[in-house]
Amino acid sequence: MAKVTIDGKTIEVADGTTILQAARMIGPDVAPPTMCYHSKLKTSGGYCRTCLVEVTKGSEKDPRPMPKLVASCRTNVMDGMEVGNLTSPKVIEARKGVVEFLLLNHPLDCPICDQAGECHLQDLGYEHGSAKTRTDFERRTFEKISLGDKIQLHMTRCILCYRCVKVADQITDNRVHGVLNRGDHSEISTYIENVIDNDFSGNVIDVCPVGALTDKTFRFKSRVWFTKPVCAHRNCDKCSGKVHLWYKGEEVLRVTGRKDQWGEVEEFICNTCRFDKKKTSDWEIDGPAPVNRHSVISANHYQTLKMGSEFKLNDVKPLSITEGEGS
Amino acid sequence: MLKIEPMENEVKFNSESLAVIEKIVARYPDGKHKSALIPVLHLAQAEFEGWLSPAAMDEVARVLNLKPIEVYEVASFYTMFNLNPVGKCLIEVCRTSSCWLRGANEIVEHIEKKLNIKDGETTADGMFSLKTVECLGSCGTAPMMMIGAQFHENLTYEKVDTILDSCKTENKRKTYFDNVNIEHY
Amino acid sequence: MGKKLLLAYDHVPGIKGFEVYRANGGYKSVEKAVKTMSPDAVVEEVKKSGLRGRGGAGFPTGMKWSFLAKPEGVARYLVCNADESEPGTFKDRYLMSRIPHILVEGMITSGFALGATAGYIYIRGEYFYIVSILEKAIEEAYANGFLGKNILGSGFNYDLYVHVGAGAYICGEETALLESLEGKRGNPRIKPPFPAIAGLYGCPTVVNNVETIAAVVPIINDGGEAYAAVGIGKSAGTKLISASGHINKPGVYEIEMGITVEDFIYSDEYCGGIKNGKKLKAVVAGGSSVPILPADKILTTPSGEKRLMSYESLADGGFASGTMLGSGGFIVMDETASVVENLHTFARFYHHESCGQCSPCREGTGWMEKILHKILDGHGTMEDIELLWEIQSKIEGNTICPLGDAAAWPVASAIRHFRSEFEEYVKNSNNLKKVRHYDSVNQLVSA
Ligand SMILES: Cc1cc2nc3c(=O)[nH]c(=O)nc-3n(C[C@H](O)[C@H](O)[C@H](O)COP(=O)(O)O)c2cc1C
Ligand code: SF4
Ligand code: SF4
Ligand code: FES
Ligand code: FES
Repeated sequence: MAKVTIDGKTIEVADGTTILQAARMIGPDVAPPTMCYHSKLKTSGGYCRTCLVEVTKGSEKDPRPMPKLVASCRTNVMDGMEVGNLTSPKVIEARKGVVEFLLLNHPLDCPICDQAGECHLQDLGYEHGSAKTRTDFERRTFEKISLGDKIQLHMTRCILCYRCVKVADQITDNRVHGVLNRGDHSEISTYIENVIDNDFSGNVIDVCPVGALTDKTFRFKSRVWFTKPVCAHRNCDKCSGKVHLWYKGEEVLRVTGRKDQWGEVEEFICNTCRFDKKKTSDWEIDGPAPVNRHSVISANHYQTLKMGSEFKLNDVKPLSITEGEGS
Repeated sequence: MLKIEPMENEVKFNSESLAVIEKIVARYPDGKHKSALIPVLHLAQAEFEGWLSPAAMDEVARVLNLKPIEVYEVASFYTMFNLNPVGKCLIEVCRTSSCWLRGANEIVEHIEKKLNIKDGETTADGMFSLKTVECLGSCGTAPMMMIGAQFHENLTYEKVDTILDSCKTENKRKTYFDNVNIEHY
Repeated sequence: MGKKLLLAYDHVPGIKGFEVYRANGGYKSVEKAVKTMSPDAVVEEVKKSGLRGRGGAGFPTGMKWSFLAKPEGVARYLVCNADESEPGTFKDRYLMSRIPHILVEGMITSGFALGATAGYIYIRGEYFYIVSILEKAIEEAYANGFLGKNILGSGFNYDLYVHVGAGAYICGEETALLESLEGKRGNPRIKPPFPAIAGLYGCPTVVNNVETIAAVVPIINDGGEAYAAVGIGKSAGTKLISASGHINKPGVYEIEMGITVEDFIYSDEYCGGIKNGKKLKAVVAGGSSVPILPADKILTTPSGEKRLMSYESLADGGFASGTMLGSGGFIVMDETASVVENLHTFARFYHHESCGQCSPCREGTGWMEKILHKILDGHGTMEDIELLWEIQSKIEGNTICPLGDAAAWPVASAIRHFRSEFEEYVKNSNNLKKVRHYDSVNQLVSA
């Protein structure tokens, strides 16, 4: 076990827990923001650098501070470690920088983006960015790419979190898309026109933190905040069958995996559940879905649950990180 | 985004190349044949007209038993792999610091004028392509350019002229792999 | 003449071939090591020598070797970093193309010390012609019993291969190199684990620069102490310096560490002074990544002493007034050179070479290049200079691998020491000489 203090709050966690996981166990007030980490994906995290924290004391044994800010999602705790997140001016400054970098080439098309309202980047910019942009250069653009009749890729919005690549690698056996080119020319693509087609392909939509991968069957049907998520399940022979149904009136507009309080999918679902079961009669309803992360949805339409009050914070399961695989 | 055109001739490695590929793969431990990907892509580029068409990359994927996307991802990362057709002589001029200090920009302009193409273009007859590149490790003999696998150093306008004239009749697409001897593995 | 340990036989005709190399004392270190020493004793000698990594970071080699994990029944690898792509650096190319056997010999002796099953030399793709030189040398070493099974009857089995890259500076970063060697994109890995624990194919691995490996040869031949006696303090031994730019005699020089910078620039044994009798303006002392220094600061330390060619002396003064030895890429600029234009070539380089994995480097490097381009085109503002400073400070220290820092430092140091020159570009934008600034070409198009 290791005792770790984050922004002055102490918790004891199992060895091998990352700083981020420990912070999430303490609660949303000290949890660093994340864009590329995903608790259900191995080797995720490390790319976006929004979760940087300052380690002011390395451990009981070696109390020296770490010389650089570290990615909390990829750094394990040590016994006696002390970490600054929101209490560290260095972290706040660095994070502002990261947000600015992430937004530098991001299109300002939130008004027409399907992800608006449940976009992690929108939240991040709002909570951790600075108000004005300082670039007058043209933003980088890419062509829209169709990945079949279910999934739309809008590469211009991508922040290269690698989650969709990892999900394809880890839960399907035939990845056809990946990261091409390098540097700021990097793009998610299939290179030659190709369809992402397998039973679990739709999960790339759920793991995408921005509006780069969206559900074509839902596109433009409604703004997210006019829809109401409901927990439901069905007996499915391919997946757990546990989903959120997104209702507008009586109509199911969209089916997604259930997301936890950090906006990360709890269990991946199959395409049959996602795309082919859009009638209430297909499902057993479990009750309204707790919505708490995405302020816009909750602020607008229904009873919000107080942050954290409905969730057992200690339920966040540490996932061991294995290096050297993945892409 | 590229669309695959139906290929008239199927792209297949010849038997010589396949023998070389076997030797390359043998350098790596069992099951680690993916390590051979970059050397094999070089081989493919040399055999298939100096660039990697989607069909050529698919052939590499087939031979090394990889998913095509794994090959595309790698091929598009490295600057030596051409994903578009190139001329028979690919002229790569370094324009980083040391070369710039010694007149690389002027050399590029000279070549542009001489061949009537711009940086990044290929002549209409498909003979020459010009590409400016980053430091090639010839900074002490700057300015420099590379054609095929050949370094040309301490360039002057006259030297460039002589070299380009002598290249006019040569197909340099292959040469960069020609002088590599993989026999003793 | 300073002492030569690596290039001592550089001018012997035929030194490229096995026979001549052997006749001049070649492969003695292998004989000595495998026949008379234990692997640990070889590591001990390297520790005693004080040898520090020549790839840029200067990490003590013996210590690095002693970190190598040695689990039972797991293969271990020695990988030689011959990716050499740092602008201004060409010493490894020189060494490999002229005396290939010293690298092969060093790879065998070092491989023995580490108990490695195989060694790989990862060489940048553009050095294609050197691949055949190395392969020939390796073939000769096999033929003479220095490679393969049961080397010199010692029971030590070891194979050595050359692996060619394909154009990516980032593959010089050791974990990106290992990814590339595994046939993947050259994306640096997130550390830990370090290669010493999980490197190539997840096995314990040591990655060392060409020059580092070559230096093991004289260390084992003459003993670690003899090596440590050369050089100055913690900068033990000799260093290959790649000298380029506005000097009379560009080239690769083996120097004994501790000679003065002034001597190196002006003496006839080395650079031979500034070209055309011009004045020295600035020096990038250790490859494009290290801070650029103006003439006065590169020649003297903050305390007013002559600066020496050593890790410590070049770093004297920290980033405020010092720099780093880095990879030894010594780029000299005379009074006519524009620091801003030079910086633009560096910024373009890092933009071009960023792997794109992490957001500060992926986005920041391109942004800095664009701003510099704008300033050079005469559209810059004073705010742009501040913005440049801001951007580099937001990249530095916040990225996955040190390429981010390497991209930030040249910008920071140029502004720190030559701010007025940036301001000149902004103020006199109307009188700027119109020069074309090439941007990165990613793929060719047909005319
Ligand atoms: C962006 C980047 C590029 C590098 N390029 C090289 C290189 O071309 N050659 C090299 O030997 N080391 C290079 N290095 C350093 C290596 O990561 C590593 O430290 C070195 O190979 C270790 O060998 P050494 O201890 O013998 O120096 C680079 C590091 C970074 C961060
Ligand atoms: S498309 Fe979405 S999930 Fe995939 S890398 Fe881009 S932002 Fe991440
Ligand atoms: S710092 Fe740059 S080169 Fe290094 S991992 Fe990040 S994006 Fe890649
Ligand atoms: S969430 Fe940790 S780096 Fe992206
Ligand atoms: S700067 Fe041109 S070869 Fe190094």
